[in-house]
Amino acid sequence: MLVEEEKIRQQLVERFGLPAEKITVQRERRIWADVPAANFGEIFDYAADKLGFVILATITGLDEGPTLGVIYHIARESGIILNLHTSVPKDKPVIKTVSARFPAADAYEREMVDLLGMQVEGLPPGNRYPLPDSWPAGQYPLRKDWKSDTIGKSEVTENA
Amino acid sequence: MPEREVKLTIGPQHPMLKEPESFLLTLRGEKITDMTVRLGYNHRGIEKACEQRTYIQDMYLVERVCGICSHSHSTCFIQTVEEIAGLAVPKRGLYIRTLIAELERIHSHLLWVGVAGHEIGFDTLLMYTWRDRELVMDILALISGNRVNYGMNTIGGVRRDITTDQIPQILSAIDKLEERTKYYIQVGTEEITLRERLSGVGKLSKEDAIHLGAVGPTARASGVDRDVRRDDPYGAYGELSFDVITDNHCDVYGRTLVRLGELMQSYKLVRQILRQLPEGPIVVKAPRKIPAGQAVSRYEAPRGEDVHYVKANGSDKPERVKVRAPTLANVQVVAHMLKDGYLADTPIVIAAIDPCFSCTDRTIATTNLDNGRTDRMDWPTLRTYGIEWYSKQGIDFTELNRKLRTMRESN
Repeated sequence: MLVEEEKIRQQLVERFGLPAEKITVQRERRIWADVPAANFGEIFDYAADKLGFVILATITGLDEGPTLGVIYHIARESGIILNLHTSVPKDKPVIKTVSARFPAADAYEREMVDLLGMQVEGLPPGNRYPLPDSWPAGQYPLRKDWKSDTIGKSEVTENA
Repeated sequence: MPEREVKLTIGPQHPMLKEPESFLLTLRGEKITDMTVRLGYNHRGIEKACEQRTYIQDMYLVERVCGICSHSHSTCFIQTVEEIAGLAVPKRGLYIRTLIAELERIHSHLLWVGVAGHEIGFDTLLMYTWRDRELVMDILALISGNRVNYGMNTIGGVRRDITTDQIPQILSAIDKLEERTKYYIQVGTEEITLRERLSGVGKLSKEDAIHLGAVGPTARASGVDRDVRRDDPYGAYGELSFDVITDNHCDVYGRTLVRLGELMQSYKLVRQILRQLPEGPIVVKAPRKIPAGQAVSRYEAPRGEDVHYVKANGSDKPERVKVRAPTLANVQVVAHMLKDGYLADTPIVIAAIDPCFSCTDRTIATTNLDNGRTDRMDWPTLRTYGIEWYSKQGIDFTELNRKLRTMRESN
Protein backbone atom coordinates (compact mmCIF):
# COMPACT_ATOMS: atom_id res chain seq x y z
CA MET A 1 0.00 0.00 0.00
CA LEU A 2 1.05 3.58 -0.73
CA VAL A 3 3.99 2.27 -2.80
CA GLU A 4 3.29 4.55 -5.74
CA GLU A 5 2.63 7.55 -3.51
CA GLU A 6 5.88 7.04 -1.57
CA LYS A 7 7.78 6.68 -4.83
CA ILE A 8 6.49 10.05 -6.06
CA ARG A 9 7.39 11.59 -2.72
CA GLN A 10 10.93 10.20 -2.94
CA GLN A 11 11.37 11.45 -6.49
CA LEU A 12 10.34 14.99 -5.51
CA VAL A 13 12.57 15.00 -2.44
CA GLU A 14 15.62 13.68 -4.29
CA ARG A 15 15.33 15.71 -7.44
CA PHE A 16 14.67 19.10 -5.88
CA GLY A 17 16.37 18.63 -2.51
CA LEU A 18 13.15 19.47 -0.71
CA PRO A 19 12.96 18.86 3.05
CA ALA A 20 11.27 15.47 3.51
CA GLU A 21 8.70 16.80 5.99
CA LYS A 22 7.39 19.24 3.36
CA ILE A 23 5.95 16.39 1.33
CA THR A 24 3.37 14.19 3.00
CA VAL A 25 1.33 11.23 1.88
CA GLN A 26 -2.02 11.80 3.57
CA ARG A 27 -3.59 8.53 2.46
CA GLU A 28 -3.99 6.45 -0.66
CA ARG A 29 -4.01 8.76 -3.71
CA ARG A 30 -3.38 11.98 -1.75
CA ILE A 31 0.01 13.71 -1.68
CA TRP A 32 0.60 17.21 -0.33
CA ALA A 33 3.73 19.14 -1.11
CA ASP A 34 4.77 22.55 0.13
CA VAL A 35 7.31 23.99 -2.25
CA PRO A 36 9.16 27.32 -2.41
CA ALA A 37 7.83 29.85 -4.92
CA ALA A 38 11.33 30.24 -6.40
CA ASN A 39 11.44 26.81 -8.03
CA PHE A 40 7.72 26.16 -8.18
CA GLY A 41 7.58 26.35 -11.98
CA GLU A 42 10.31 23.77 -12.33
CA ILE A 43 8.62 21.36 -9.90
CA PHE A 44 5.23 21.85 -11.53
CA ASP A 45 6.64 21.11 -15.00
CA TYR A 46 8.47 18.06 -13.70
CA ALA A 47 5.30 16.70 -12.07
CA ALA A 48 3.28 17.25 -15.23
CA ASP A 49 5.90 16.05 -17.74
CA LYS A 50 7.77 13.32 -15.90
CA LEU A 51 5.52 12.12 -13.10
CA GLY A 52 2.33 11.82 -15.13
CA PHE A 53 0.20 14.45 -13.40
CA VAL A 54 -1.66 15.38 -16.56
CA ILE A 55 -5.01 16.50 -15.13
CA LEU A 56 -5.51 19.88 -13.49
CA ALA A 57 -8.42 19.28 -11.08
CA THR A 58 -8.48 22.89 -9.90
CA ILE A 59 -6.44 25.66 -8.31
CA THR A 60 -7.26 26.96 -4.83
CA GLY A 61 -6.21 30.39 -3.62
CA LEU A 62 -5.82 31.05 0.12
CA ASP A 63 -5.40 34.06 2.34
CA GLU A 64 -2.71 32.98 4.81
CA GLY A 65 -2.20 36.26 6.62
CA PRO A 66 1.10 37.75 5.46
CA THR A 67 1.09 35.55 2.36
CA LEU A 68 -1.31 34.38 -0.30
CA GLY A 69 -1.23 30.63 -0.84
CA VAL A 70 -1.92 28.72 -4.00
CA ILE A 71 -2.63 25.01 -4.24
CA TYR A 72 -2.51 23.34 -7.63
CA HIS A 73 -4.49 20.11 -7.42
CA ILE A 74 -3.04 18.00 -10.20
CA ALA A 75 -3.98 14.39 -10.82
CA ARG A 76 -2.79 11.26 -12.56
CA GLU A 77 -5.09 9.20 -14.75
CA SER A 78 -4.90 6.53 -12.05
CA GLY A 79 -6.48 8.85 -9.48
CA ILE A 80 -3.50 10.03 -7.42
CA ILE A 81 -3.70 13.75 -6.63
CA LEU A 82 -0.62 15.83 -5.99
CA ASN A 83 -1.53 19.02 -4.14
CA LEU A 84 1.30 21.43 -4.83
CA HIS A 85 1.24 24.36 -2.44
CA THR A 86 3.30 27.52 -2.61
CA SER A 87 3.08 30.98 -1.03
CA VAL A 88 3.80 34.48 -2.27
CA PRO A 89 4.00 37.66 -0.15
CA LYS A 90 0.70 39.54 0.06
CA ASP A 91 2.26 42.88 -0.87
CA LYS A 92 3.67 41.36 -4.06
CA PRO A 93 1.45 38.39 -4.84
CA VAL A 94 2.79 37.42 -8.25
CA ILE A 95 2.50 33.94 -9.76
CA LYS A 96 2.96 32.71 -13.32
CA THR A 97 0.06 31.35 -15.33
CA VAL A 98 -0.16 27.65 -16.11
CA SER A 99 -2.87 28.25 -18.71
CA ALA A 100 -0.53 27.52 -21.63
CA ARG A 101 -0.29 23.93 -20.48
CA PHE A 102 -3.80 23.70 -18.97
CA PRO A 103 -6.19 26.10 -20.76
CA ALA A 104 -8.84 25.41 -18.09
CA ALA A 105 -6.55 27.16 -15.59
CA ASP A 106 -7.60 30.44 -17.18
CA ALA A 107 -10.86 30.50 -15.20
CA TYR A 108 -9.27 29.30 -11.96
CA GLU A 109 -6.55 31.94 -12.17
CA ARG A 110 -8.95 34.77 -13.01
CA GLU A 111 -10.96 33.75 -9.99
CA MET A 112 -7.89 34.25 -7.78
CA VAL A 113 -7.24 37.61 -9.42
CA ASP A 114 -10.76 38.83 -8.65
CA LEU A 115 -11.37 37.27 -5.27
CA LEU A 116 -7.93 37.34 -3.66
CA GLY A 117 -6.02 40.03 -5.53
CA MET A 118 -3.49 37.60 -6.95
CA GLN A 119 -1.39 38.89 -9.87
CA VAL A 120 -1.02 36.27 -12.55
CA GLU A 121 1.74 36.87 -15.07
CA GLY A 122 1.15 35.75 -18.62
CA LEU A 123 -2.63 35.41 -18.42
CA PRO A 124 -4.01 36.04 -21.92
CA PRO A 125 -6.39 38.99 -22.32
CA GLY A 126 -10.02 38.15 -21.65
CA ASN A 127 -13.06 38.85 -19.54
CA ARG A 128 -12.68 39.06 -15.81
CA TYR A 129 -14.27 36.34 -13.70
CA PRO A 130 -16.42 36.25 -11.61
CA LEU A 131 -17.00 39.79 -10.34
CA PRO A 132 -18.89 42.49 -12.28
CA ASP A 133 -16.90 44.82 -14.55
CA SER A 134 -17.86 47.73 -12.31
CA TRP A 135 -16.52 46.10 -9.12
CA PRO A 136 -14.44 48.65 -7.17
CA ALA A 137 -10.67 48.22 -7.45
CA GLY A 138 -8.78 46.85 -4.49
CA GLN A 139 -11.76 44.96 -3.00
CA TYR A 140 -10.87 41.30 -2.69
CA PRO A 141 -13.79 39.42 -1.16
CA LEU A 142 -11.98 36.22 -0.21
CA ARG A 143 -9.34 38.06 1.81
CA LYS A 144 -9.90 37.48 5.50
CA ASP A 145 -10.15 41.18 6.36
CA TRP A 146 -12.92 41.69 3.78
CA LYS A 147 -16.42 41.48 5.22
CA SER A 148 -19.55 41.28 3.13
CA ASP A 149 -20.68 44.68 4.42
CA THR A 150 -17.40 46.41 3.50
CA ILE A 151 -18.99 47.78 0.36
CA GLY A 152 -22.30 48.51 2.03
CA LYS A 153 -20.56 50.84 4.51
CA SER A 154 -18.73 52.87 1.88
CA GLU A 155 -22.06 53.19 0.13
CA VAL A 156 -23.69 54.81 3.14
CA THR A 157 -20.97 57.46 3.31
CA GLU A 158 -21.28 58.02 -0.40
CA ASN A 159 -25.04 58.53 -0.23
CA ALA A 160 -24.94 60.74 2.86
CA MET B 1 -22.15 42.45 -51.33
CA PRO B 2 -19.05 41.18 -49.52
CA GLU B 3 -19.57 39.11 -46.40
CA ARG B 4 -19.01 41.09 -43.24
CA GLU B 5 -18.10 40.09 -39.77
CA VAL B 6 -20.98 40.41 -37.33
CA LYS B 7 -20.72 40.35 -33.56
CA LEU B 8 -23.70 38.89 -31.79
CA THR B 9 -24.23 39.05 -28.06
CA ILE B 10 -26.32 36.35 -26.44
CA GLY B 11 -27.17 37.02 -22.82
CA PRO B 12 -26.81 37.65 -19.97
CA GLN B 13 -30.60 37.73 -20.32
CA HIS B 14 -31.78 35.79 -23.33
CA PRO B 15 -34.73 33.49 -24.08
CA MET B 16 -32.33 30.74 -25.20
CA LEU B 17 -30.61 30.61 -21.85
CA LYS B 18 -31.97 29.06 -18.70
CA GLU B 19 -29.55 30.94 -16.50
CA PRO B 20 -27.75 34.26 -16.95
CA GLU B 21 -24.41 34.08 -18.77
CA SER B 22 -23.13 36.01 -21.73
CA PHE B 23 -21.73 34.75 -25.01
CA LEU B 24 -20.18 37.03 -27.59
CA LEU B 25 -20.22 35.32 -30.99
CA THR B 26 -18.31 36.55 -34.00
CA LEU B 27 -20.04 35.51 -37.20
CA ARG B 28 -19.08 35.38 -40.82
CA GLY B 29 -22.32 34.62 -42.58
CA GLU B 30 -23.90 31.83 -40.57
CA LYS B 31 -20.58 30.46 -39.38
CA ILE B 32 -19.16 31.18 -35.98
CA THR B 33 -15.54 32.29 -36.18
CA ASP B 34 -14.96 33.14 -32.55
CA MET B 35 -16.67 33.09 -29.19
CA THR B 36 -15.97 34.49 -25.75
CA VAL B 37 -17.88 33.71 -22.57
CA ARG B 38 -18.57 36.01 -19.66
CA LEU B 39 -19.67 34.31 -16.46
CA GLY B 40 -20.30 35.47 -12.95
CA TYR B 41 -23.91 36.60 -13.12
CA ASN B 42 -25.00 33.91 -10.69
CA HIS B 43 -22.41 34.57 -8.03
CA ARG B 44 -23.89 34.20 -4.59
CA GLY B 45 -20.94 34.35 -2.24
CA ILE B 46 -21.13 30.73 -1.11
CA GLU B 47 -17.40 30.16 -0.50
CA LYS B 48 -17.12 33.29 1.63
CA ALA B 49 -20.40 32.49 3.37
CA CYS B 50 -19.05 29.03 4.25
CA GLU B 51 -16.17 30.60 6.17
CA GLN B 52 -18.67 32.40 8.38
CA ARG B 53 -20.84 29.37 9.18
CA THR B 54 -20.41 26.07 10.98
CA TYR B 55 -19.66 22.85 9.12
CA ILE B 56 -23.23 21.61 9.50
CA GLN B 57 -24.67 24.89 8.21
CA ASP B 58 -22.17 24.79 5.34
CA MET B 59 -23.35 21.35 4.35
CA TYR B 60 -26.84 22.69 3.73
CA LEU B 61 -25.45 25.77 2.01
CA VAL B 62 -23.20 23.72 -0.26
CA GLU B 63 -26.12 21.46 -1.11
CA ARG B 64 -27.65 24.57 -2.65
CA VAL B 65 -24.69 25.32 -4.93
CA CYS B 66 -26.72 23.52 -7.58
CA GLY B 67 -30.37 22.63 -7.91
CA ILE B 68 -29.75 19.43 -9.85
CA CYS B 69 -26.55 17.95 -8.43
CA SER B 70 -27.26 19.03 -4.88
CA HIS B 71 -26.27 15.67 -3.39
CA SER B 72 -23.06 15.74 -5.45
CA HIS B 73 -21.90 18.98 -3.86
CA SER B 74 -22.91 18.11 -0.32
CA THR B 75 -21.21 14.70 -0.57
CA CYS B 76 -18.07 16.13 -2.12
CA PHE B 77 -17.91 18.70 0.67
CA ILE B 78 -18.47 16.40 3.64
CA GLN B 79 -16.05 13.82 2.29
CA THR B 80 -13.32 16.39 2.90
CA VAL B 81 -14.62 17.24 6.37
CA GLU B 82 -14.87 13.56 7.31
CA GLU B 83 -11.34 12.97 6.08
CA ILE B 84 -9.92 15.85 8.14
CA ALA B 85 -11.86 14.72 11.23
CA GLY B 86 -10.77 11.12 10.68
CA LEU B 87 -14.35 9.83 10.70
CA ALA B 88 -15.06 6.37 9.35
CA VAL B 89 -18.54 6.51 7.86
CA PRO B 90 -20.39 3.20 8.41
CA LYS B 91 -20.70 1.03 5.29
CA ARG B 92 -24.48 1.28 5.22
CA GLY B 93 -24.21 5.07 5.28
CA LEU B 94 -21.81 4.99 2.32
CA TYR B 95 -24.12 2.69 0.36
CA ILE B 96 -27.13 4.93 0.94
CA ARG B 97 -25.09 7.98 -0.12
CA THR B 98 -24.09 6.17 -3.29
CA LEU B 99 -27.68 5.12 -3.93
CA ILE B 100 -28.85 8.74 -3.79
CA ALA B 101 -25.91 9.70 -6.02
CA GLU B 102 -26.99 7.28 -8.74
CA LEU B 103 -30.68 8.23 -8.44
CA GLU B 104 -29.56 11.84 -8.84
CA ARG B 105 -27.60 10.93 -11.97
CA ILE B 106 -30.68 9.19 -13.39
CA HIS B 107 -32.90 12.22 -12.88
CA SER B 108 -30.23 14.58 -14.18
CA HIS B 109 -29.50 12.57 -17.34
CA LEU B 110 -33.20 12.09 -18.11
CA LEU B 111 -33.66 15.81 -17.69
CA TRP B 112 -30.79 16.39 -20.13
CA VAL B 113 -32.20 14.04 -22.77
CA GLY B 114 -35.44 16.05 -22.59
CA VAL B 115 -33.64 19.40 -22.84
CA ALA B 116 -31.59 18.15 -25.80
CA GLY B 117 -34.79 17.01 -27.52
CA HIS B 118 -36.33 20.41 -26.91
CA GLU B 119 -33.32 22.31 -28.25
CA ILE B 120 -33.54 20.52 -31.59
CA GLY B 121 -37.30 20.85 -31.84
CA PHE B 122 -37.99 17.23 -30.88
CA ASP B 123 -40.38 18.06 -28.07
CA THR B 124 -41.97 14.62 -28.01
CA LEU B 125 -38.70 13.38 -26.54
CA LEU B 126 -38.88 16.10 -23.90
CA MET B 127 -42.43 15.11 -22.94
CA TYR B 128 -41.59 11.40 -22.80
CA THR B 129 -38.37 11.68 -20.80
CA TRP B 130 -39.71 14.21 -18.34
CA ARG B 131 -42.78 12.06 -17.77
CA ASP B 132 -40.52 9.08 -17.05
CA ARG B 133 -38.25 11.19 -14.88
CA GLU B 134 -41.14 11.56 -12.46
CA LEU B 135 -40.61 7.91 -11.50
CA VAL B 136 -37.15 8.62 -10.13
CA MET B 137 -38.29 11.91 -8.59
CA ASP B 138 -40.97 9.98 -6.70
CA ILE B 139 -38.35 7.52 -5.46
CA LEU B 140 -36.10 10.34 -4.26
CA ALA B 141 -39.08 11.91 -2.50
CA LEU B 142 -39.97 8.54 -0.98
CA ILE B 143 -36.47 8.11 0.47
CA SER B 144 -35.61 11.67 1.42
CA GLY B 145 -38.91 13.55 1.49
CA ASN B 146 -37.70 15.87 -1.26
CA ARG B 147 -37.47 15.88 -5.04
CA VAL B 148 -34.25 17.92 -4.99
CA ASN B 149 -32.00 19.12 -2.13
CA TYR B 150 -32.49 15.80 -0.37
CA GLY B 151 -30.75 16.67 2.88
CA MET B 152 -29.64 13.04 3.15
CA ASN B 153 -26.06 13.72 4.18
CA THR B 154 -24.72 14.61 7.54
CA ILE B 155 -21.12 14.71 8.72
CA GLY B 156 -20.36 11.09 9.58
CA GLY B 157 -23.04 9.41 7.47
CA VAL B 158 -26.61 9.87 6.31
CA ARG B 159 -29.71 11.13 8.08
CA ARG B 160 -32.25 8.63 6.79
CA ASP B 161 -32.20 4.87 6.46
CA ILE B 162 -33.66 2.77 3.66
CA THR B 163 -36.52 0.65 4.95
CA THR B 164 -37.24 -2.87 3.69
CA ASP B 165 -40.60 -1.86 2.21
CA GLN B 166 -38.93 0.91 0.15
CA ILE B 167 -36.67 -1.55 -1.65
CA PRO B 168 -39.34 -3.22 -3.85
CA GLN B 169 -40.74 0.22 -4.74
CA ILE B 170 -37.32 1.45 -5.83
CA LEU B 171 -36.65 -1.72 -7.83
CA SER B 172 -40.00 -1.54 -9.60
CA ALA B 173 -39.36 2.07 -10.65
CA ILE B 174 -35.87 1.12 -11.84
CA ASP B 175 -37.35 -1.73 -13.95
CA LYS B 176 -39.74 0.68 -15.64
CA LEU B 177 -37.01 3.28 -16.19
CA GLU B 178 -34.70 0.69 -17.68
CA GLU B 179 -37.42 -0.40 -20.08
CA ARG B 180 -38.00 3.22 -21.13
CA THR B 181 -34.28 3.95 -21.48
CA LYS B 182 -33.88 0.93 -23.77
CA TYR B 183 -36.52 2.54 -25.94
CA TYR B 184 -34.63 5.86 -25.94
CA ILE B 185 -31.45 4.06 -26.91
CA GLN B 186 -33.39 2.53 -29.79
CA VAL B 187 -34.63 6.01 -30.74
CA GLY B 188 -31.09 7.35 -30.44
CA THR B 189 -29.56 4.70 -32.65
CA GLU B 190 -32.37 4.11 -35.18
CA GLU B 191 -34.21 7.41 -35.51
CA ILE B 192 -32.58 9.06 -38.52
CA THR B 193 -33.72 12.64 -37.79
CA LEU B 194 -32.16 12.64 -34.34
CA ARG B 195 -28.92 11.07 -35.51
CA GLU B 196 -28.56 13.37 -38.49
CA ARG B 197 -29.38 16.48 -36.47
CA LEU B 198 -26.81 15.74 -33.76
CA SER B 199 -24.00 14.13 -35.74
CA GLY B 200 -21.03 16.34 -36.53
CA VAL B 201 -22.42 19.13 -34.37
CA GLY B 202 -20.18 20.58 -31.64
CA LYS B 203 -17.13 18.57 -32.62
CA LEU B 204 -14.48 17.98 -29.96
CA SER B 205 -11.56 15.70 -30.75
CA LYS B 206 -10.05 13.46 -28.09
CA GLU B 207 -6.82 15.48 -28.11
CA ASP B 208 -8.69 18.75 -27.64
CA ALA B 209 -10.89 17.27 -24.91
CA ILE B 210 -7.77 16.26 -22.97
CA HIS B 211 -5.88 19.47 -23.66
CA LEU B 212 -8.79 21.77 -22.77
CA GLY B 213 -9.60 19.78 -19.65
CA ALA B 214 -13.12 18.61 -20.53
CA VAL B 215 -14.84 16.57 -17.83
CA GLY B 216 -17.74 14.14 -17.45
CA PRO B 217 -19.91 12.89 -20.31
CA THR B 218 -18.52 15.70 -22.51
CA ALA B 219 -15.01 14.22 -22.24
CA ARG B 220 -16.16 10.59 -22.37
CA ALA B 221 -18.06 11.22 -25.61
CA SER B 222 -14.70 12.22 -27.12
CA GLY B 223 -13.16 8.92 -26.11
CA VAL B 224 -11.53 10.13 -22.87
CA ASP B 225 -11.77 7.19 -20.51
CA ARG B 226 -11.97 9.05 -17.21
CA ASP B 227 -14.47 8.65 -14.41
CA VAL B 228 -13.70 9.56 -10.81
CA ARG B 229 -16.03 6.82 -9.54
CA ARG B 230 -13.56 4.28 -10.91
CA ASP B 231 -10.28 6.25 -10.85
CA ASP B 232 -10.50 7.80 -7.38
CA PRO B 233 -13.31 5.77 -5.75
CA TYR B 234 -15.37 7.21 -2.92
CA GLY B 235 -18.60 6.17 -1.20
CA ALA B 236 -19.33 2.53 -2.05
CA TYR B 237 -18.01 2.65 -5.62
CA GLY B 238 -14.87 0.70 -4.73
CA GLU B 239 -17.08 -2.34 -4.02
CA LEU B 240 -19.44 -2.01 -6.97
CA SER B 241 -18.98 -3.09 -10.54
CA PHE B 242 -19.91 -0.85 -13.44
CA ASP B 243 -18.58 0.17 -16.84
CA VAL B 244 -17.33 3.62 -17.72
CA ILE B 245 -19.20 4.53 -20.90
CA THR B 246 -17.18 6.18 -23.62
CA ASP B 247 -17.94 6.97 -27.24
CA ASN B 248 -15.88 8.02 -30.21
CA HIS B 249 -18.37 10.18 -32.12
CA CYS B 250 -16.82 13.31 -30.54
CA ASP B 251 -20.01 15.33 -31.14
CA VAL B 252 -23.41 16.06 -29.59
CA TYR B 253 -24.66 12.71 -30.86
CA GLY B 254 -21.90 10.96 -28.92
CA ARG B 255 -22.75 12.96 -25.79
CA THR B 256 -26.33 11.73 -26.10
CA LEU B 257 -25.25 8.09 -26.42
CA VAL B 258 -22.89 8.39 -23.44
CA ARG B 259 -25.62 9.74 -21.19
CA LEU B 260 -28.08 7.06 -22.32
CA GLY B 261 -25.42 4.42 -21.68
CA GLU B 262 -24.70 5.88 -18.26
CA LEU B 263 -28.38 5.64 -17.37
CA MET B 264 -28.22 1.88 -17.97
CA GLN B 265 -25.12 1.66 -15.72
CA SER B 266 -26.89 3.64 -13.00
CA TYR B 267 -29.80 1.17 -13.00
CA LYS B 268 -27.28 -1.64 -12.62
CA LEU B 269 -25.59 0.21 -9.76
CA VAL B 270 -28.88 0.89 -7.93
CA ARG B 271 -29.76 -2.83 -8.08
CA GLN B 272 -26.31 -3.82 -6.82
CA ILE B 273 -26.45 -1.32 -3.97
CA LEU B 274 -29.83 -2.60 -2.81
CA ARG B 275 -28.70 -6.22 -3.12
CA GLN B 276 -25.46 -5.65 -1.21
CA LEU B 277 -26.79 -3.08 1.28
CA PRO B 278 -24.90 -3.88 4.50
CA GLU B 279 -26.66 -4.02 7.86
CA GLY B 280 -25.64 -1.72 10.67
CA PRO B 281 -25.58 1.92 11.66
CA ILE B 282 -25.87 4.69 9.08
CA VAL B 283 -23.96 7.41 10.90
CA VAL B 284 -21.17 8.01 13.41
CA LYS B 285 -21.15 10.93 15.76
CA ALA B 286 -19.13 13.86 14.44
CA PRO B 287 -17.42 16.48 16.59
CA ARG B 288 -18.66 20.04 16.36
CA LYS B 289 -15.12 21.35 16.04
CA ILE B 290 -13.04 19.91 13.24
CA PRO B 291 -9.28 19.58 13.93
CA ALA B 292 -6.87 21.65 11.85
CA GLY B 293 -6.02 20.06 8.53
CA GLN B 294 -6.90 20.03 4.87
CA ALA B 295 -8.39 17.63 2.37
CA VAL B 296 -9.44 17.54 -1.22
CA SER B 297 -12.25 15.42 -2.60
CA ARG B 298 -13.44 14.53 -6.07
CA TYR B 299 -16.87 13.33 -7.07
CA GLU B 300 -18.28 12.25 -10.42
CA ALA B 301 -21.38 14.44 -10.62
CA PRO B 302 -23.80 13.97 -13.54
CA ARG B 303 -22.07 16.80 -15.43
CA GLY B 304 -18.53 15.74 -14.60
CA GLU B 305 -15.98 16.02 -11.90
CA ASP B 306 -16.75 18.10 -8.82
CA VAL B 307 -13.72 19.13 -6.78
CA HIS B 308 -13.96 20.44 -3.24
CA TYR B 309 -11.13 21.59 -1.01
CA VAL B 310 -11.55 22.35 2.68
CA LYS B 311 -9.04 23.78 5.12
CA ALA B 312 -9.92 23.45 8.78
CA ASN B 313 -8.43 25.55 11.58
CA GLY B 314 -9.62 23.62 14.63
CA SER B 315 -12.77 25.66 15.17
CA ASP B 316 -16.35 24.83 14.23
CA LYS B 317 -16.03 26.91 11.05
CA PRO B 318 -13.81 26.16 8.07
CA GLU B 319 -10.88 28.41 7.19
CA ARG B 320 -11.46 27.98 3.47
CA VAL B 321 -13.90 26.13 1.23
CA LYS B 322 -13.21 25.83 -2.47
CA VAL B 323 -15.70 24.48 -4.98
CA ARG B 324 -14.92 23.60 -8.59
CA ALA B 325 -18.05 22.60 -10.45
CA PRO B 326 -17.78 20.67 -13.74
CA THR B 327 -19.26 23.42 -15.91
CA LEU B 328 -16.32 25.72 -15.16
CA ALA B 329 -14.03 23.07 -16.62
CA ASN B 330 -16.26 22.60 -19.66
CA VAL B 331 -16.99 26.19 -20.50
CA GLN B 332 -13.74 26.77 -22.42
CA VAL B 333 -14.53 23.58 -24.26
CA VAL B 334 -17.83 25.04 -25.49
CA ALA B 335 -16.05 28.00 -27.09
CA HIS B 336 -13.88 25.54 -28.97
CA MET B 337 -16.84 23.38 -30.04
CA LEU B 338 -18.77 26.33 -31.41
CA LYS B 339 -15.92 27.59 -33.59
CA ASP B 340 -16.54 26.92 -37.29
CA GLY B 341 -20.00 25.67 -36.46
CA TYR B 342 -23.33 27.21 -37.46
CA LEU B 343 -25.12 29.85 -35.43
CA ALA B 344 -28.26 27.70 -35.42
CA ASP B 345 -26.38 24.93 -33.61
CA THR B 346 -25.45 27.20 -30.69
CA PRO B 347 -28.35 26.21 -28.38
CA ILE B 348 -27.78 22.47 -28.67
CA VAL B 349 -23.98 22.74 -28.48
CA ILE B 350 -24.19 24.77 -25.28
CA ALA B 351 -26.88 22.46 -23.91
CA ALA B 352 -24.75 19.42 -24.75
CA ILE B 353 -22.25 20.04 -21.95
CA ASP B 354 -25.36 20.14 -19.70
CA PRO B 355 -24.21 23.49 -18.34
CA CYS B 356 -24.99 24.57 -14.85
CA PHE B 357 -23.96 28.15 -14.35
CA SER B 358 -25.33 28.42 -10.87
CA CYS B 359 -22.83 25.71 -9.92
CA THR B 360 -20.03 27.46 -11.67
CA ASP B 361 -20.71 30.87 -10.20
CA ARG B 362 -20.86 30.43 -6.54
CA THR B 363 -18.55 32.67 -4.63
CA ILE B 364 -19.45 36.25 -4.06
CA ALA B 365 -21.93 39.02 -4.93
CA THR B 366 -23.47 41.48 -2.64
CA THR B 367 -24.03 44.70 -4.53
CA ASN B 368 -25.22 45.99 -7.85
CA LEU B 369 -22.80 48.62 -9.04
CA ASP B 370 -23.52 50.68 -12.09
CA ASN B 371 -20.64 52.69 -13.54
CA GLY B 372 -19.07 52.94 -10.14
CA ARG B 373 -22.19 54.56 -8.73
CA THR B 374 -24.14 52.53 -6.29
CA ASP B 375 -27.79 51.83 -6.76
CA ARG B 376 -28.22 49.00 -4.32
CA MET B 377 -31.62 48.82 -2.70
CA ASP B 378 -31.76 47.92 0.93
CA TRP B 379 -34.88 46.30 2.31
CA PRO B 380 -36.74 49.50 3.41
CA THR B 381 -35.97 51.23 0.10
CA LEU B 382 -37.16 48.21 -1.85
CA ARG B 383 -40.32 48.09 0.26
CA THR B 384 -41.04 51.79 -0.29
CA TYR B 385 -40.32 51.41 -4.00
CA GLY B 386 -42.79 48.49 -4.16
CA ILE B 387 -45.53 50.38 -2.35
CA GLU B 388 -45.09 53.44 -4.60
CA TRP B 389 -45.04 51.32 -7.75
CA TYR B 390 -48.30 49.63 -6.79
CA SER B 391 -49.98 52.88 -5.78
CA LYS B 392 -49.17 54.24 -9.26
CA GLN B 393 -51.01 51.20 -10.64
CA GLY B 394 -53.97 52.20 -8.49
CA ILE B 395 -53.41 49.61 -5.78
CA ASP B 396 -53.44 51.09 -2.31
CA PHE B 397 -52.11 49.18 0.69
CA THR B 398 -53.04 51.78 3.33
CA GLU B 399 -56.26 50.04 4.36
CA LEU B 400 -54.58 46.60 4.36
CA ASN B 401 -51.71 47.91 6.47
CA ARG B 402 -54.15 49.39 8.98
CA LYS B 403 -55.94 46.04 9.28
CA LEU B 404 -52.64 44.19 9.74
CA ARG B 405 -51.57 46.61 12.46
CA THR B 406 -54.88 46.19 14.29
CA MET B 407 -54.54 42.42 14.08
CA ARG B 408 -50.97 42.50 15.44
CA GLU B 409 -51.93 44.86 18.26
CA SER B 410 -54.95 42.79 19.30
CA ASN B 411 -52.69 39.71 19.51
